[in-house]
Amino acid sequence: MATDPLQKTTPAPADAEPDAPGDLVRFDHVVKRFGDHTVLDRLDFSVQRGEHVTLIGPSGSGKTTILRLLMTLERVSDGVIWVDGQPLSHMPGPDGRLRPADEKHLRQVRKKIGMVFQQFNLFPNMKVLQNITEAPVNVLGLGREEAEQRARELLDLVGLADKVDAHPSQLSGGQQQRVAIARALAMRPEILLLDEVTSALDPELVAGVLDLLREIAHTTDITMLCVTHEMNFARDISDQVMMFDSGKVIESGAPDKIFGDPDHERTRSFLSAVL
Amino acid sequence: MNYQWDWGAVRESLPYLLDGFGITLLATVLGTLVAAVLGLVVAVLGRVPSRLVTVPVRALTEFVRSTPLLVQLVGAYAIFNSIEPLTIGIAVLGIHYASYMSEVYRAGIDAVPKGQWEACRALSMSPRRTWQAVILPQAVRNVLPALGNYGIAMFKETPFLAVITVVEMVAQAREYGANHFVYAETFTLAGLIFLAASYPTSLLMRRLERRLGH
Repeated sequence: MATDPLQKTTPAPADAEPDAPGDLVRFDHVVKRFGDHTVLDRLDFSVQRGEHVTLIGPSGSGKTTILRLLMTLERVSDGVIWVDGQPLSHMPGPDGRLRPADEKHLRQVRKKIGMVFQQFNLFPNMKVLQNITEAPVNVLGLGREEAEQRARELLDLVGLADKVDAHPSQLSGGQQQRVAIARALAMRPEILLLDEVTSALDPELVAGVLDLLREIAHTTDITMLCVTHEMNFARDISDQVMMFDSGKVIESGAPDKIFGDPDHERTRSFLSAVL
Repeated sequence: MNYQWDWGAVRESLPYLLDGFGITLLATVLGTLVAAVLGLVVAVLGRVPSRLVTVPVRALTEFVRSTPLLVQLVGAYAIFNSIEPLTIGIAVLGIHYASYMSEVYRAGIDAVPKGQWEACRALSMSPRRTWQAVILPQAVRNVLPALGNYGIAMFKETPFLAVITVVEMVAQAREYGANHFVYAETFTLAGLIFLAASYPTSLLMRRLERRLGH
């Protein structure tokens, strides 16, 4: 059977290494290269279960690539990504050494992760309800009624209970993004990746979507990794803020520290430019 | 030139021609179905990430596309001489047009935004479900008018079936014309019937194109 064209070449194997307890996500010397260009340079960081982490930094600093690696939309060039104690980018071979993960392994680990995209990426050929029930029914194996019941609850949560039968093209950008958030939540992810989810929205629609995400952040125990240029939002929801530049974390810490009294000159100049 | 147009011949040959038109229509409809299904299969196989699949598929489609339909018909008729000519004709028309339609599908698949694939992946959808529920419905919708136009093109190439003894409309026109020496009348009539059938169909396709409006 055919597979999709996102599949990239496999990276070199790395040595197995158990991760520290409590880390839900851990990047271990992760390198990502596109051709000659190194986007991520031996990146190390970890995210605790339930933590809300915001990635900030200039465009092209590799923030989105981190989310795309976690979602397995890209493959690592080197290093290992761990999710909940399991290697995501790799799997244990017969000799105990890690080898690049196959599609089956990726799909299994990936189920814990959900993602909301900048461009929403709703399925235009399905109504709102089907957009949300498609994966729960066909991937998780939920009954159609149960899936629809849950989809209606989620639409209620995102404030679009009356749009069940609408087509995505009939919705505003902000409404589409809310549906996309509901769609991601319907898979009950442990980790939710938010990739500049308000960047494609008209300014007056941004606040509504951010309020919804604040509510989700404060009322659920979902671990969130968030790339955003909305600094007030980052300050509100984050437990940890990571400042990126040129493929490296140059500074990370609590939002009060990063936004109030950053150590790095680069962080200071970036923040003064965007705030 | 002073040709005596024979309205009587027009009237009398019409039932024969309509008889043949039934065969023409049958070959077109079934041939288009074969082409639409096979073309889709070829387009999807072209996406399999293995050269063992893509190279032979590409070689076969190139072969089919680079040789004349007439040659393929005669060749298949000579090889499969125990099969009914009409069946061979439908299969050859179907395979010939599948090679064109696969390109149309390919373009339609390419036109589905990358974000759709990524959303499927982010939802852990299987490759099968990704194709079935998301990619193909959008791709086919994009290319429906183009596929229809190939169907019309096939319709106008059915007279080639006469060389493998399938008596479709043009063969009827020639036969009746030869027997009564009224070629001009029967061939004109056949041409008008083609026009009457394909012009409304292509108008329909144009409307469909506008309605799907991309």
